[in-house]
Formats: sequence, structure tokens, C-alpha cells
Amino acid sequence: MSAVAERAGGTGSGRAPAAIRRRPGVATIYRWELRKLRALKRTYLGFGMAAIVPILFILALSLRSGRGPEDVPFGRYVRETGLAIPPVLLIFGSIWLFPLIVALVAGDVVANEDGNGTLKTILTRSVDRHQVWIAKALAALTYALAALLLFAGVGLLLGGLRYGIHPLTSLSGTRIPVGHAFALMAAALGTYMLPVIAVVAIALLLSTVTRNSAAAIVGTLMISLLLQLIGIVSGLESLRPYLLSTQFDSWQGLLRQPVDWTPIVRAVWVCALYALPAAAVGLTVFVRRDVAGG
Amino acid sequence: MTGAGGIPVEARGLVKRYGHVTAVDRVDLTVEAGCVYGYLGPNGAGKTTSLRMLLGLIRPDAGAARLFGRDPLLDGAAALDGVAGFVEAPRFYPYLSGRKNLELMAALDGGDARERIDQALDTVDLADRQRDKVKGYSHGMKQRLGIAAALLRAPRLLLLDEPTTGLDPAGMRDMRVLVRRLADEGMTVLLSSHLMGEVEELCDRVAIVRSGRVIYEGALDALLGSTGQRYRLRTTDDERAHRVCAAQRGVSEVAGAGHQGLTFAVEDEHAVAELSVALVEAGVGIVALVPAVASLEELFLRLTEGDGQVEVPGAGGDGRAPVASTEAAR
Repeated sequence: MSAVAERAGGTGSGRAPAAIRRRPGVATIYRWELRKLRALKRTYLGFGMAAIVPILFILALSLRSGRGPEDVPFGRYVRETGLAIPPVLLIFGSIWLFPLIVALVAGDVVANEDGNGTLKTILTRSVDRHQVWIAKALAALTYALAALLLFAGVGLLLGGLRYGIHPLTSLSGTRIPVGHAFALMAAALGTYMLPVIAVVAIALLLSTVTRNSAAAIVGTLMISLLLQLIGIVSGLESLRPYLLSTQFDSWQGLLRQPVDWTPIVRAVWVCALYALPAAAVGLTVFVRRDVAGG
Repeated sequence: MTGAGGIPVEARGLVKRYGHVTAVDRVDLTVEAGCVYGYLGPNGAGKTTSLRMLLGLIRPDAGAARLFGRDPLLDGAAALDGVAGFVEAPRFYPYLSGRKNLELMAALDGGDARERIDQALDTVDLADRQRDKVKGYSHGMKQRLGIAAALLRAPRLLLLDEPTTGLDPAGMRDMRVLVRRLADEGMTVLLSSHLMGEVEELCDRVAIVRSGRVIYEGALDALLGSTGQRYRLRTTDDERAHRVCAAQRGVSEVAGAGHQGLTFAVEDEHAVAELSVALVEAGVGIVALVPAVASLEELFLRLTEGDGQVEVPGAGGDGRAPVASTEAAR
């Protein structure tokens, strides 16, 4: 490697003009955050979970005779139309599966860099800290949305193949034509994203504060489960509408006729009450914290 | 002190505390353009913490750091324009290739950084391993990739934290040659190290830190020339020679140097001549009596382990007077 020094000539050109440097924006960092996610195993673990649960569900339905799970909304219709599969999956997924899938990546996205010591690497380039955090948040949200689409998409695809695509019976007992049911399903997924965004924000906060992936992932799950427990405890029913876990059911308002907007409107502001403070604290801590170690 | 915008590094009164431990204690640093500046101290003296504060990675509890007149805490990433380097070992994404890592860095640098990737890889001799994932890189390769990542920014100031630590002798030599070369091209370099040979070979000026405080700051030459009045003595009977030396007028600071005989300080050459006569009269045979040129290592150890006192001729002009800091050993 003695040739190294000879080739050094010119590279370091210390005479480069100082200040004229086109600074990269959030979009550039976001693109690279997505590339990092694509290179990480845990991303595929999350996607794998999102895909395998619908497969197992359809498999279980096929192996058992009789009607579907009666105690769940749309449960009794799962063998009538593939369109009933995603709603049932969304209900099952809200208990722990989706918080876990989301936390797996969102809880890791900052802490992973702490663990690798790469935070100092990217923070000594030409990007500001708040840009990095915002890009990471957007990447985590993108992943969560992709996982949700995969979850519902696999359910719909396999359900459609197994039971066909027929009109869906609404929660009010009316028949929803196929085309309209698809539109409502898309809107339902959008509504389902509201509490998912809040979970992402909480996971990011924990990832930023704990600097430890495992702690952030477990912490996010614990918070999710705790909120659900509070919802079950008798005497605390009055709190239920304001719990994050409750908002995972708000999309059901769309599948009533006429549409019940009350739970959806409430989901918007209740989720904002969870997400915005968590994001604000996470961002502030990230911008101000010492980057030591690594 | 000065508000001039062009000084590569200007730190004033930097303090960083962790609990009741003061890791960096009122450190002032000025690195002029074109200088290769050695930031020297034993492990745990606060070198890395100081560099982290310069780069804006951690907040000082007091004081401020400016790079080319800009404060990283106030100006954010803009303060790092023209600045590159790493603290502790450079870290990369292990699951990405060396090249992908550099592409990522270049994207976060903006400008024309991307166009410099090939040249930077060539410079550090990693072109043939660029497609391999970093997790398969040796320590030395990561260290070189760290330099390549710094070169992407076409820096005017390079901050390097113990760049040769963990390298084999050939790797160390190549790294030093590379740093020297970059400096010769006009790059200002601030280099932390605990290796004396490295600093002696590369640096024009040094700051020596102990327990978070700068105990010497000045030109390396002035420091090395500060102990010209010492002599080394080997005799047939060191024990008796020690007594003779101690009793001799004009001779002081007599110290045993193990099997290497004695060392002592003298007022002038006349005292040396008188001492030689006295030794012979006492029946001590002189094997060697030579002026001792203190190595940087000796000075460093005396400064960082001893009482912190080194007489620097012309201090105040070139070399800043050493700090008497006997209380500083925490």
C-alpha cells in the first residue's frame, strides 16, 4: 500500500471554494433512509409477519368447517366474500401484531444508528439534525404503510382466490357493491393509518430517548398493550374513547350505512394528541442530545 | 479572543462535565491555516470529547468552538463546510458496501461530493474492495474508508482522532504518509494522538492535555528544545556518582535512569567539566557523559505524569508557558 501516498495527490484539494455547497434536503436523506431499510433484515421480518398472518388465517379458515369467527365484526361473512377478510385481519392485527410490526422498524430507526455508531458519521456531513430525524420519521411511516398494504393486500388476494369477490355485508346489514366496497376498504386503511402514525411517533420517541432498539420495541408494545388493558378495566370505560387502542377500530364507522363519522373524526384528533407531542419531544431530544459513544 | 472568520479552529474555554467528572476543563485551542496540529494526551485526557465538541456532536457546558468562524451549535451543518474527519474509529453501515457507504455520505454532503468517490477510493487504496460489505472490512480498511469519506468533502480542515490506532506498522506508516501528503497540499490538520512518534513526525504545533486541561501549547520545536541543559552519565559506580553529582555545585535534578546511569541538569558547560574532574577524584570511572536531548515521549511523560512543569525557553512568544497544575491529577 505504499502507492497510497503517491495517489493522494489532488484528492484533498484543500483549495476548494469554501461556502458554495448545494445542501441536500430531507428528500435526499429520506431516499437513503429507505435504502438502508431495504438493506436491513428486520424490515423483511416485519413484512414477513404482515404477509404470513393473512396466509395462516385463510389456511385456518379452510381447514375448519362452519361459519367464520362469529364474535368479530365481519367474522360471519369471511366465507362469503374475500372482501370480508381484510376487515377481520385489521381487527386481529390491532391487538399486538400491527404495533409490533411498526415498532420493529420505527423503534430501531434511530437506535440502530446509535448502536452502530453511525449517528456521528451522518451528523458530520452537510445535513442538519432535524432534517435527519424528519427523514427517518417519513421512512418509518412509509414502511408502516407498506406493511399495512401488504397485510390487507395478501388477505384480500388470498380471500378473493379462495372465496371469490362478492358484495360485502355492511355492519348495518346492508349490501355494499364490490366497487364501492373496494373504495371503502381503501378509506378504511387510511383511517387505520391514524393510530399507526401515533404508534410510529411513540416508537421513534423511545428509539431516540433510549438509544436501544430492543428497549424501544418492547416499550412501544408495552404502551400499546397497557392502553388496551385500561380499556378493559371496569370503571375506566369513560376513558375508552380516548385510548389509542380504541382508534384502531374507528375505520368501522366507514362500513356502516350511512357512514358514522363520529369515531373517525375522534380518531383524527385523539391520534394527533398522541402523535404530535411524542414527535415533538423525539425531535427536540434528537436535535439537542449529545452524540457520544460509537 | 479574535473574531476573525478565517481561522480553521478556534475554541475558547471549552468545558464538558459528566456528573462530577470534568472531561474537558477550560480548553483553548487555536489552529492556524496550513498547520498540522497535534492534540496530545494519554487515553482519557479528554481529546475525543474536545473533538466531538468541535464537530458539534456534543454540547459544551461552557465555552464555544468555531470552525472558520462558525459555531456548529449555532450554525448547524453550515459550520462544517470545508471540514471533515472522524472521532474515535470511523463508523459505517456494516450491511452496505464500502462504495454504497461513500455514496450515502456523498449524498448527505451535496454538491459535487459524488464525483470524488472514485478518486477517494483510489487514494486510500480501497478501489478493489469497494463492492464488499463493510462488515467484512478489517480495522485498517475501515480507518482508510474513514479518510476516504472525509476526502469526499474536499476539506480545508481535517479532524482526525487517533487515525493510526489499531493499525499494523505498515498501515500506520501509510496513514502517516497520507496525512503528511494531504497537509503538504495545504490542508489544515488537527490530529489527536497518544503516539509520540506520530506527533513528532507529523506536527508543527502541539497541545498536550492532561485530565481535561491543556498543560502545554506551542511549537513542537520549542518543546523539544526545552531541555537542552540535561546530561546523561554512565559510570563504573553509579551509586557513588550519584552522591558526587548531588554534592556538586551547578548540578541539580539528579535522577537515576536505571541501567542507563544517571541524568542531571546543569547551569552551564563549566559545571559539567568540574563534575567530570570531581568524579575522577572520587575514583569513579566515566563510561559516558553526553548531553541528553529529551524525546517528546520523555517530555510527554513528565508533563502528563509528573508535576506538569517544563521550562520552555522563550515561552510567551512561541510556546505558551506551561500550566502549573499539580492539583489536576483527578
